[in-house]
Amino acid sequence: MSASVKTLVNQPYKYGFVTDIETDTIPRGLNEEVIRLISDKKQEPEFMLEFRLRAYRQWLKMTEPIWAHVNYPPINYQDIVYYSAPKQKKAKLNSLEEVDPTLLETFEKLGISLSEQKRLANVAVDAIFDSVSVATTFKEKLAEDGVIFCSISEALREHPELVKKYLGSVVPIGDNYFAALNSAVFSDGSFVYIPKGVKCPMELSTYFRINSGDTGQFERTLIVAEESSYVSYLEGCTAPMYDSNQLHAAVVELVALDNAEIKYSTVQNWYAGDENGKGGIYNFVTKRGLCQGVNSKISWTQVETGSAITWKYPSCVLIGDNSIGEFYSVALTNNRQQADTGTKMIHVGKNTRSTIISKGISAGKSSNSYRGLVKINPSAKGARNYSQCDSMLIGDNAQANTFPYIQVQNNTGKVEHEASTSKIGEDQLFLFAQRGISAEDAVSMMISGFCKDVFNQLPMEFAVEADKLLSLKLEGSVG
Amino acid sequence: MIIENSDLILSVKDLQTQVDGTPILKGVNLEVRAGEIHAIMGPNGSGKSTFSKVLAGHPAYSVTGGEVVFQGTNILEMEAEERARSGVFLAFQYPLEVPGVSNLDFLRVAYNSHRKAKGLPEVDTFDFDDLVMEKLEVVKMNSSFLERSVNEGFSGGEKKRNEILQMAILEPKLAILDETDSGLDIDALKIVSNGVNQLTNAENATIMITHYQRLLDYIVPDFVHVMAQGRIIKSGGKELALELESRGYDWVLEEALGVGV
Repeated sequence: MSASVKTLVNQPYKYGFVTDIETDTIPRGLNEEVIRLISDKKQEPEFMLEFRLRAYRQWLKMTEPIWAHVNYPPINYQDIVYYSAPKQKKAKLNSLEEVDPTLLETFEKLGISLSEQKRLANVAVDAIFDSVSVATTFKEKLAEDGVIFCSISEALREHPELVKKYLGSVVPIGDNYFAALNSAVFSDGSFVYIPKGVKCPMELSTYFRINSGDTGQFERTLIVAEESSYVSYLEGCTAPMYDSNQLHAAVVELVALDNAEIKYSTVQNWYAGDENGKGGIYNFVTKRGLCQGVNSKISWTQVETGSAITWKYPSCVLIGDNSIGEFYSVALTNNRQQADTGTKMIHVGKNTRSTIISKGISAGKSSNSYRGLVKINPSAKGARNYSQCDSMLIGDNAQANTFPYIQVQNNTGKVEHEASTSKIGEDQLFLFAQRGISAEDAVSMMISGFCKDVFNQLPMEFAVEADKLLSLKLEGSVG
Repeated sequence: MIIENSDLILSVKDLQTQVDGTPILKGVNLEVRAGEIHAIMGPNGSGKSTFSKVLAGHPAYSVTGGEVVFQGTNILEMEAEERARSGVFLAFQYPLEVPGVSNLDFLRVAYNSHRKAKGLPEVDTFDFDDLVMEKLEVVKMNSSFLERSVNEGFSGGEKKRNEILQMAILEPKLAILDETDSGLDIDALKIVSNGVNQLTNAENATIMITHYQRLLDYIVPDFVHVMAQGRIIKSGGKELALELESRGYDWVLEEALGVGV
């Protein structure tokens, strides 16, 4: 036994199955006709079609960003299917009982029961399969408190004025290449509205499932928290194993008004490709929260374990005085995965505060980059930021990079940045082994310890899941 | 202590090892019986630390010849963790820091891995806390060390005391102390030595690797061996250490290998 930490080998991806279901799929390719078709299928109001077309025309003028520390062959946007939905017997479902049992089974298999009786009593779920939302649980119960939780398609039909007011207000259509594409073709996503003074009585969550092999998934999530309200929202994602890559370009917009708080958590486990980097999801996502009101707070927590490529920077724009932005992230890459992820904290209001805790774990031959911007505007008197970016390397062939950008435009701001790099290598494992602890347990203890500050931020049930997920991803990885 | 006809704990015969193709150990022979304390001394680069790591099963060293029999079993085929669970303990010369893993958790998981290997039920956190509190006394450590990450931010002396705490909890059959005295001030040296002395008994054995006679004033060896150029070239009683202290190694090398330095 000589060379020590061997190439990491993934446990088989257990969500890699494909559901055989009849779908309503439009031809490949993208043009104005396709956009009109999508809008028509979703029976959207006229303003939405205009929004899409404006975005599309903007997108045509833009070029794909190349600054991220990732490599992939050019994407042929004309080779993607922009809408694919499982065929439902009825256009509008009145209850969960009317959902195709194959779909219910699929989510059941993923550990997401859509039967309200079986669900954790305090979590409501919106389940999205390829381009459409197939079911949303606990809608009526939430409605008693005035909380709206439904698919964005439904929101466009039932609450067009709310959607119109906020959609694109945080991430404008021309914000970036992928956001523009999403604005043009997004097919579904979740909509959450918490009325003034309401503390949402349960956790809300959306589960995204990509099923089809050549369909892009473009969801749009919009969460609005009115004055003095609170909501905790969680999203989870999985996809089948295909040799080809699927594009996932989502946009998430959060709006927090005076004294409101939004807690947004993600456990991302898209298919990551095989050990040679074949297949996997391209996860190009724009997430941004607007702390519009005074004393408002937006907190992003993400556990990123999947995707062949992750390009994602959940951000906070702190407009309201005393508002707070937080970003807690664990990004794990293994094999040939590439991640370029981080956050932007834009301080505009007085005494705004932000915290960034980023933990990157790189194993195998993967590349993991933290990229973050902290910007203190001239108006942000007394603003403060604390950033901590830690990297952990497992083995000798993985890469970790940190690209922190700091722009301070007034002299009352205070910005702190700490960074560290640690390693799980032969000597660390030998220390544990010499005390009788197996390599698997050693890695799991070191990883849990490394990620503790982030996992503590997740809702409890999901913190346990996240911990297990990371161990699973690294199981059999060291020897 | 030397006990007539006590059990043979460790028998090393003609042990040879390489690192990256370079021979380091070139035929080491050593026998250690229950109750005994052995000191291995020798110039820098003689193979002392390599010997301790090879006994513990560090994967970077490949064994090219010889055998290591521990309590009747050839352990060269065993993984490091199996050797540890069967009773081989190595106190590290440079204990690594493990950020994020609390000392208490580390100790408990290690202890339970040994219990499991013996077919004993694992102990829960409450029982383990009681056990640790008692063992902290051995090295005069404060319980605040338990909440901190393993060795993180510990001083040199605290790290070495933490090694002895682990030894106290795991109760090994064979303890190998790799330059446990290096980096210790005189007070810490007394605490560490005192801890080791409390843990040695007629059932177990200790191998100390050291450069200095100083340690041997506190932990008195039954045997002293001189290692040079990958072999044990001279063995004797505790008086050999005193002689080495006053005369250096040259005369031993000359005597054994016929070379002048």
